[in-house]
Amino acid sequence: MQIIPCPYCGVEAEETELTYGHEAHLKRVGPDSDAADFEAYMFTRKNPKGVHFERWRHSNGCGKWFLAARHTVTLEVFGTYPAQTTEPPAELVEKIKAKCPEWKGWK
Amino acid sequence: MRRYSIFAIAREAMRYHSGWERAWRAPEPKKRYDVIVVGAGGHGLATAYYLGKVHGIKNVAIIEKGWLGGGNSGRNTTIIRSNYLQDASAAIFEKALQLYEGLAKDLNYNVMFSPRGLLMLAQSEHEVRGYKRTVYANALQGIETEWISREQVKDLVPIINIDGPRYPVLGALYQARGGTGRHDAVNWGYARACDAMGMDIIQQCEVTGIRTENGEVRGVDTTKGSIDCGKLAVVVSGHSGVLAEMAGFRMPIESCPLQAWVSEPIKPVIDVVVMANLVHCYISQSDKGELVLGGGIDHPNNYSQRGSWYTLEETTRALVETYPIISRLKMLRQWGGIMDITGDHSPIISKTPVRNMFMDCGWGTGGFKAIPGSGWAMAELVAKGEPGPLAAPFSLERFREGRFIDESVAAGVAH
Ligand SMILES: Cc1cc2nc3c(=O)[nH]c(=O)nc-3n(C[C@H](O)[C@H](O)[C@H](O)COP(=O)(O)OP(=O)(O)OC[C@H]3O[C@@H](n4cnc5c(N)ncnc54)[C@H](O)[C@@H]3O)c2cc1C
Ligand SMILES: [Zn+2]
Repeated sequence: MQIIPCPYCGVEAEETELTYGHEAHLKRVGPDSDAADFEAYMFTRKNPKGVHFERWRHSNGCGKWFLAARHTVTLEVFGTYPAQTTEPPAELVEKIKAKCPEWKGWK
Repeated sequence: MRRYSIFAIAREAMRYHSGWERAWRAPEPKKRYDVIVVGAGGHGLATAYYLGKVHGIKNVAIIEKGWLGGGNSGRNTTIIRSNYLQDASAAIFEKALQLYEGLAKDLNYNVMFSPRGLLMLAQSEHEVRGYKRTVYANALQGIETEWISREQVKDLVPIINIDGPRYPVLGALYQARGGTGRHDAVNWGYARACDAMGMDIIQQCEVTGIRTENGEVRGVDTTKGSIDCGKLAVVVSGHSGVLAEMAGFRMPIESCPLQAWVSEPIKPVIDVVVMANLVHCYISQSDKGELVLGGGIDHPNNYSQRGSWYTLEETTRALVETYPIISRLKMLRQWGGIMDITGDHSPIISKTPVRNMFMDCGWGTGGFKAIPGSGWAMAELVAKGEPGPLAAPFSLERFREGRFIDESVAAGVAH
């Protein structure tokens, strides 16, 4: 059972209170983009064995979407932050770097 | 390879079973192979087997980071069926089922294939329509399946509660040729046959890098050194994204766990396989008497081979509602495997952006039943460099082209 704090209401929510929303920071492409961009946006995933940036919704709580950095092997949650951002907060990135020296960055 | 037979058993009985030879060797890697297969799961081993048997390519190594069959191929609930909706899936799963029917003889290894019959319960009007549609589709594909009434379900499965409470059983999609096999035996049978052809199965050897030159594969780096190859077949299920990254591209795949568990052994109570996809649980009974149980995946990306408690709880709740007599059974073991889930829930058997590197993956929750057919199709792709009719629809390009093979509509799950 994973416990993930909601950055809006501060609740330490366990997984059944949340809905998973898959990879975060995907850039939505427009109607005139080419097939390769559209494929990358719709289907191709980083799916790292390691640090993963992802979306969650506090569906049985405040109802809001937020983002999280989590390790897909140890399942450690490094931190969560509001969804209204295009990149992870700098201090979270620093924290992950310190904990996982082999990590190649979020892009 | 010394063949297994009744005479061999008699001969060995006379000499205290001292003459059985090892089923496969533990060789050190050579410098170069014509083909390297990464991943000694069922699909990798079957790929190697048909490369040798059908295409005469025997200078092959199968490289495995753990022990052979230690991935999903040794962790599944062994359901075998071919009652799929889409033509492309029906073709490859039916090929696999037909090969399963003769596999023990072909491999000279008892894979305990047991076509005991398989039911997929319909518990909503939507499912009734969906499964009737599948029966019609299967008729056109030449695959025998039938729609059976709730009374027939009760006849086949006396321990089932067809009256609900939440979702009464309204009928079922029935495939009499479906059933189970023994997962370890399938892996071991293929491994022994590959070894007998002179192929090297190299265990405890992790691929850590893929070497390319001018967009063409040259070899792999491993924990036992670098090995060159003419062609590379990557068959690593949940780790497909990791291997693709080594070669510099990304896959339309996410990895997450699927669990299964077994009860204490009891006397025979159920002699068919029953899947209930709406409440999401499935059940069969092993030869040892254990009830083999499973349900759905955990969605969050996860490489840990561990699932969550709430998934166990949800599935067990559905099982107890459907089969009330099991409510007081104790559970013996529980485990998980890492799924390779694709965007359309269908597999990938494909060329890749790197020349002479091929991938077979994306079987997700339902690839045990496909092992022989997938190996057959993948071997053809690797040998000829172009897909045959079985593999062609499952290429990576289908995501770019919007040519999905959507099985999730029909079943929602795909064990
Ligand atoms: C709990 C559970 C229940 C299931 N139930 C069913 C069912 O009832 N019916 C059904 O049809 N299917 C079922 N499945 C699905 C089925 O098990 C899989 O689809 C199938 O076994 C996949 O086989 P594979 O050979 O592709 O992968 P695997 O058997 O996982 O083999 C891949 C191998 O690659 C190796 N590997 C990975 N990375 C590396 C590396 N870097 N270097 C070297 N080796 C590497 C792994 O160690 C592994 O042994 C179930 C799966 C699970 C987990
Ligand atoms: Zn909240």
